[in-house]
Amino acid sequence: MSDLTKLTIAEARAKLDAREFTALELTDAYLGAIDAANETFNAYVAVTHDKAREMAKASDARIAAGQAGALEGIPLGIKDLFATKGVHTQAASHILDGFKPRYESTVTANLWTDGAVMLGKLNMDEFAMGSSNETSYYGPVKNPWRAKGSNTDLVPGGSSGGSAAAVAAWLCAGATATDTGGSIRQPAAFTGTVGIKPTYGRCSRWGTVAFASSLDQAGPIARDVRDAAILLKSMASVDKKDATSVDLPVPDYTAALCQSLKGMKIGIPREYRVEGMPEEIETLWQQGIAWLKDAGAEIVDITLPHTKYALPAYYIVAPAEASSNLARYDGVRYGLRVPGKDITDMYEQTRAAGFGREVKRRIMIGTYVLSAGYYDAYYVQAQKVRTLIKRDFETVFADGVDAILTPATPSSAFGIADQDMAADPVKMYLNDIFTVTVNMAGLPGIAVPAGLDHKGLPLGLQLIGKPFEEETLFRTAHVIEQAAGRFEAPKWW
Amino acid sequence: MSVDVDTVTRVARLARIAVTAEDAERMTGELNTILGFVEQLNEVDVSGVEPMTSVIPTSMRRREDAVTDGSKAADVVANAPATEENFFMVPKVIE
Repeated sequence: MSDLTKLTIAEARAKLDAREFTALELTDAYLGAIDAANETFNAYVAVTHDKAREMAKASDARIAAGQAGALEGIPLGIKDLFATKGVHTQAASHILDGFKPRYESTVTANLWTDGAVMLGKLNMDEFAMGSSNETSYYGPVKNPWRAKGSNTDLVPGGSSGGSAAAVAAWLCAGATATDTGGSIRQPAAFTGTVGIKPTYGRCSRWGTVAFASSLDQAGPIARDVRDAAILLKSMASVDKKDATSVDLPVPDYTAALCQSLKGMKIGIPREYRVEGMPEEIETLWQQGIAWLKDAGAEIVDITLPHTKYALPAYYIVAPAEASSNLARYDGVRYGLRVPGKDITDMYEQTRAAGFGREVKRRIMIGTYVLSAGYYDAYYVQAQKVRTLIKRDFETVFADGVDAILTPATPSSAFGIADQDMAADPVKMYLNDIFTVTVNMAGLPGIAVPAGLDHKGLPLGLQLIGKPFEEETLFRTAHVIEQAAGRFEAPKWW
Repeated sequence: MSVDVDTVTRVARLARIAVTAEDAERMTGELNTILGFVEQLNEVDVSGVEPMTSVIPTSMRRREDAVTDGSKAADVVANAPATEENFFMVPKVIE
């Protein structure tokens, strides 16, 4: 029965409708896989066995009644950042100990409306702050991929490390994730999975624990491009409860697959060729260019001159917003409380004990750049640079470019507890160098696996699109997927 | 710009995070590394550039001025560490 976990969402949906197996059997196959392997991967921080079976039985009833939704009976993992009613929701932080929301996030509610089944909550970097899943209060997640001939444990990337690892290790059919600076695309690239961060406003942020509100956006991580298209269709919606969600129809993204690239113009930004980037990333990029050219696309060199300033601007804007968003964790309304000698001491002790190092670091940076006398020099300057970053993209799109092709990450997955990264926070931040520009400009970006490096580890390419043109990204990513093939981690667990 | 231990201690106080002298010392180094990294933004010419306020064109949506939600006091306090009769309980604030 464990073969069921190898099916894509599209395959499983067809077989469920054909009554080849039941939704309960499919869910039980995943629960069995999780029970056998989660101790190894630490991908789930909570497994909702009973709820999953209950939802699967309800799916079977709807299938029998001919009322199957688009995701009927499909078992999904949910990043711990999404509020799930009555179920563990802690953003992988100690400060939210015991928090079980009385409400459901809009994104997950949309998935349940379409018939999906929740397997549990997925590990992540604390409050989505990290690029390796090592800042989680629940400990690191292991990547199912290992270098050839090595048994060193690698990170799955972050912050959606649990999502990416669970999808790659067949512990869910697909997963929700979120992306503030690269947190969907970098882990997807590190695990050989497909991840899309849609345009800002495409998915409602309501009920998603806030990190940096002007950058946060939900999206799926999936086994292939088609599954990512199916999941995004269900996740996206306009929402009265999120004023930044957009009132635009959600297209059937799968209809964009298999369309020709003839007449499309793909931009290659020269600024994404960074110093110290491994030769094989450049080779992979050239390979991607060749595939798209073969598929009929026109390739043009473009310039995005403010690219190098995106990461430093991000490390002002994101911590500033985070310091404000995380002010609500004060030991009064939810989660952890550490007693103090007065109320201020209670706040300070609670936040000292409840937040991990990286989260404290970012709150401190944010508080500093917003403090009196520094606001203009840091925050306003960064927001002006952000305008210029967005303008760079607008200029190339106005010149007729339909999508931009770049590497997804500057390297393949690195080891857990990497000494260089631990010693210098900026080294870790550089993981997002190719992805962060997309958040700063609010654009959609997709990471699609494109090859393996000399160590046998997956590498991804990124496509960046115009606002709300996710269809173009799915169409183009599908061409890369067809050419590159799919990559599965050799099973060692 | 860089920060010293006193500034870090003051910022920690603003952020309501208790820090030991040792924490403050370590954080000073880390924060200076990050501030050193973001320093390069100063080389960008931003004259005449408006700061970003929204990445997508938006106008504030309005809704009918009517009560659409509420009467959820029990839900609101359900996750609080200390409550009494649907109030949040905190240490004594007024002497």
